[in-house]
Amino acid sequence: MRALRVGGDALLVEVSSGEQAQALHAELQRRRAEGSLSVREIVPAARTVLLDGVADPARLASELTASETPDAPPRAREVVELPVRYDGPDLADVAAHWGVRAQEVARIHADTEFTVAFCGFAPGFGYLTGLPPHYDVPRRETPRTAVPAGSVALAGPYTGIYPRSSPGGWQLIGTTDAVLWDHTRVPAALLAPGTRVRFVPAEPARRS
Amino acid sequence: MTDRALAVVRAGALTTVQDTGRPGHAHLGVPRSGALDTPAAALVNRLVGNPPEAAVLETTLNGVAVRPRSTVTAAVAGAPCAVTVDGRPVAWGAPVHVPAGAVLDVGPALSGVRSYVAVSGGIAVGPILGSRSTDLLSGLGPAPLTDGAVLPLGRPTDFHARVDAAPQPSPPTELVLHVTLGPRDDWFTAEAVMTFASRPYRVSPASNRIGLRTEGPALDRSVPGELPSEGMVLGAVQVPPDGRPVVFLADHPTTGGYPVIAVVRAQDLPAAAQAVPGTPVRFIAIRRR
Repeated sequence: MRALRVGGDALLVEVSSGEQAQALHAELQRRRAEGSLSVREIVPAARTVLLDGVADPARLASELTASETPDAPPRAREVVELPVRYDGPDLADVAAHWGVRAQEVARIHADTEFTVAFCGFAPGFGYLTGLPPHYDVPRRETPRTAVPAGSVALAGPYTGIYPRSSPGGWQLIGTTDAVLWDHTRVPAALLAPGTRVRFVPAEPARRS
Repeated sequence: MTDRALAVVRAGALTTVQDTGRPGHAHLGVPRSGALDTPAAALVNRLVGNPPEAAVLETTLNGVAVRPRSTVTAAVAGAPCAVTVDGRPVAWGAPVHVPAGAVLDVGPALSGVRSYVAVSGGIAVGPILGSRSTDLLSGLGPAPLTDGAVLPLGRPTDFHARVDAAPQPSPPTELVLHVTLGPRDDWFTAEAVMTFASRPYRVSPASNRIGLRTEGPALDRSVPGELPSEGMVLGAVQVPPDGRPVVFLADHPTTGGYPVIAVVRAQDLPAAAQAVPGTPVRFIAIRRR
């Protein structure tokens, strides 16, 4: 682990994989819950965890640098199931990248268990990992000016769901009616870092 | 509708409701938001006897006009401007009495960008995740003011102004931003880091509540490509592909994929909120305490 100072009171802790970032995030949250870590924000991302609003960042930096990367936490028991129709306009392009037929994209995606690695881009937008690396896909060369809310999309190693209509360059493979973000709900975000997710096809995905 | 309300007579170019923001939700992709010139927002609340977390109005360049339906105490600070009640000049930076039905007009900024308007009782729109702030990046919070809109007001506390007027910094004629380098200064050439910390920049007209954009020498990278997304802090100086530094302000995205060359120290950010387009900017690298 490497802890980089960020401004006066933040640390960016770097690890070598997404799994390690998720494990570190879970461990830091546990320490905050038990009262041994005082921090305003703990923000996991692709290969890092940002600690913002730290009282003594220099001390915490040397402590973290000297410690081992924590083991992966026990998985959350609950799995959030998201109904999905695999009807996205980029299904054929994704199938071409994967070297499979379009129906196979749906089957492979629906057979995968995902974990929310981190959130960002918009409230309620999770970066879900779980697909093996050979299914990474590039972003679209020309981003769309408006991606509809509920679009299930792929980019790089991630699956994401657009919580609201916005511009976007991800490959659209499907649609869900799940409400990703509702500020009148507690919790407002359906997906948070660490949440396990399965996509459940609304129509049979195995049709041929 | 009760009579504890404020009717918007003239919304201005961009007037939003702001308080101390909604920190603590960055891991869900929720920006902190909140008033950009925090000392000015705190001051106007103090002048009308509101608690520091009460919601105020933040104007942009050309002010706002509102008509309270009940008699209130109001105060305007931040960017200096003319203030009138039913056309009669009243004090800026001090508590003013606004009778029920009178128009409080906050004029265009004479210097600076954002004026702050507190009304006794505070703006009482429903909070979202504990804050009434308008977040222009994610769309959380109340929409920017429109002509004819009506905003609810809270109950005033027993009013005891603890200050009558207070000295305020003038909006900057040159914006000096002290920075600590990193966390990604090693993604830039040594020459670029030198350029950043020594050459003059200017405030770009494309600046907003998300970021203060700058015009000036482009900063060359020594590491090409995209950085895996990582968490961003207030005051982060991110360098997008055009090489011009952007200083992240309150509505900044919670994660980003462009490298952060440095972070502006917190006490310099209120001045950034008041720097008009064209203002010279200097980044000065300082050592961490």
